[in-house]
Amino acid sequence: MVDEAGSAPAAPVVSARGLIKRFDAREVVRGIDFAIPAGSCFGILGPNGAGKTTTLRMVLGQSPPSGGTLEVFGLPIPENGRAVRARIGLVPQMDNLDPDFTVAENLRIYGNYFGLPDAMLEQRIASLLAFVELSDRADTKITTLSGGMRRRLTIARSLINDPELVVLDEPTTGLDPQVRHMIWARLRDLRAQGKTLLLTTHYMEEAERLCDQLVVMDEGRVLERGATRDLIRRHVEPEVLEVRGDGDARRLLSGCSGRLETVGDTLYYYTDNARAAVARLESDPHVVFQHRPANLEDVFLKLTGRELRE
Amino acid sequence: MSAAYLVLPRLRHGAFAVWRRNVLVWRKLMVPSLLFNLGEPFLYLLGLGYGLGLFIGDTMQMPYLTFLASGILASSAMNTASFEAMYSVYTRMVPQRTYDAILATPLEVQDVLAGEALWAATKCVISGAGILLVAALLGGVHGWPALWVIPVLFVVGVAFACLGLIMSSMANGYDYFSYYMTLVVTPMFVLSGVFYPVSALPGVLQSIVQVLPLYHAVELVRPLVAGRVPDQIGLHLSVLVLYAVPAFLIAVRFARRRLVV
Repeated sequence: MVDEAGSAPAAPVVSARGLIKRFDAREVVRGIDFAIPAGSCFGILGPNGAGKTTTLRMVLGQSPPSGGTLEVFGLPIPENGRAVRARIGLVPQMDNLDPDFTVAENLRIYGNYFGLPDAMLEQRIASLLAFVELSDRADTKITTLSGGMRRRLTIARSLINDPELVVLDEPTTGLDPQVRHMIWARLRDLRAQGKTLLLTTHYMEEAERLCDQLVVMDEGRVLERGATRDLIRRHVEPEVLEVRGDGDARRLLSGCSGRLETVGDTLYYYTDNARAAVARLESDPHVVFQHRPANLEDVFLKLTGRELRE
Repeated sequence: MSAAYLVLPRLRHGAFAVWRRNVLVWRKLMVPSLLFNLGEPFLYLLGLGYGLGLFIGDTMQMPYLTFLASGILASSAMNTASFEAMYSVYTRMVPQRTYDAILATPLEVQDVLAGEALWAATKCVISGAGILLVAALLGGVHGWPALWVIPVLFVVGVAFACLGLIMSSMANGYDYFSYYMTLVVTPMFVLSGVFYPVSALPGVLQSIVQVLPLYHAVELVRPLVAGRVPDQIGLHLSVLVLYAVPAFLIAVRFARRRLVV
């Protein structure tokens, strides 16, 4: 197929149509569609139990779909699991580094599973350890690494086969801010190298920083999709006032035209122009508030509802 | 059972990568592992072979030490393979999640289990070679043809490993393996002609013992250690293979149910 400009449109790296996954009677993925363009960072955003991890497992051919079609690199899954996995790197949600080996050995053993020749492997191990800043830990036992180091090593491991697609399941959950920023920088490097990234997260900040496009999933369905900026523009007003404190904010804002929402002990005021509302809130010294631009979290809360999920 | 499971297992590169992983782990723990594998058989040979042998004299036209050494060779292959395929495999499959990581590479469940069976059999060969050496030093081995025991132990190891793999694929904890050890491994150890000729057993028991894999392992190993050619080699090998292949297919089926969901 050739478009009008004369160049062939890139086929999506992953495309799912009507994808379904059932465990006995329970349907955890309920007919989702998405296509991931080559070279982009694609996010699946959703609360716990939304079906994100199950979707990733299906992409890897580790979980046969119960319905719909799924293609990776244009190859139907799960029939082509072996061929497809040879070109994918996975960073799973739970660490499964091999505890019997050191840092470098973990990469070597993993490279063996891909059938990579030893000489090539040694080169890659050195450059990957440098990439995740673990070169000085090459001979350290896995069991003595911190959580952040383990995650960085897992990322290095996922790159051992020089994959075209890197799949990351909540890559920075439970990590401290320094490590998160370091990992985000590395993921942007990977994208700059032309790799396609597919990641799940429930951190809005992470999705906003990294993802070109995303789908918001909840209870096995896609609620919304699109480019990150568009999603925010489409669903929420551009300015937000987040009000805490025991002042009489609700009364002060009642005359303003914006939208009010309450989550826990916080009042959210969404508006196109916050100037008037800000002036009113400032008149009460007991009101504590923050004026910020709308972000993905606002979209997410609006789409998935306000109640807490387990 | 769908047709895919009836296709004979095919060894792929991935199985050898799993095998290689285990070799590398073993190399780190080689000394305690060898001591564990050799210590017990050595004590049996020394204590029972010499001590009991003094009272028993020749058994089936061979010194009791030779008789016992050959029984120990076969039964230690059973123990080594069963232990590896159950406790070690379960550890990698469930608490350690090693297979989850491997299954994100081009390998599939059958490659992982094939690699584990190959490794368990390799371990049988390593410890078997040690026992053979000990037996030879004690004067219980009759001639170089006894080295044929090594490939035989590999086959014996594969058969018991495949049986053990069914257990580890189904198990919900380590306790599960005690049942198999108590109800399957120990009775075979006691009844299959390791310590005394099977002909000493009551007739009914004799016919039962003859369908057990350890009996066929002993029937192959014993003449080789005594410097003779075994009778009915084809029959004994076939029985071992007939245990190994279906057991492997069943193990793959259960392991898939656990790992690929």
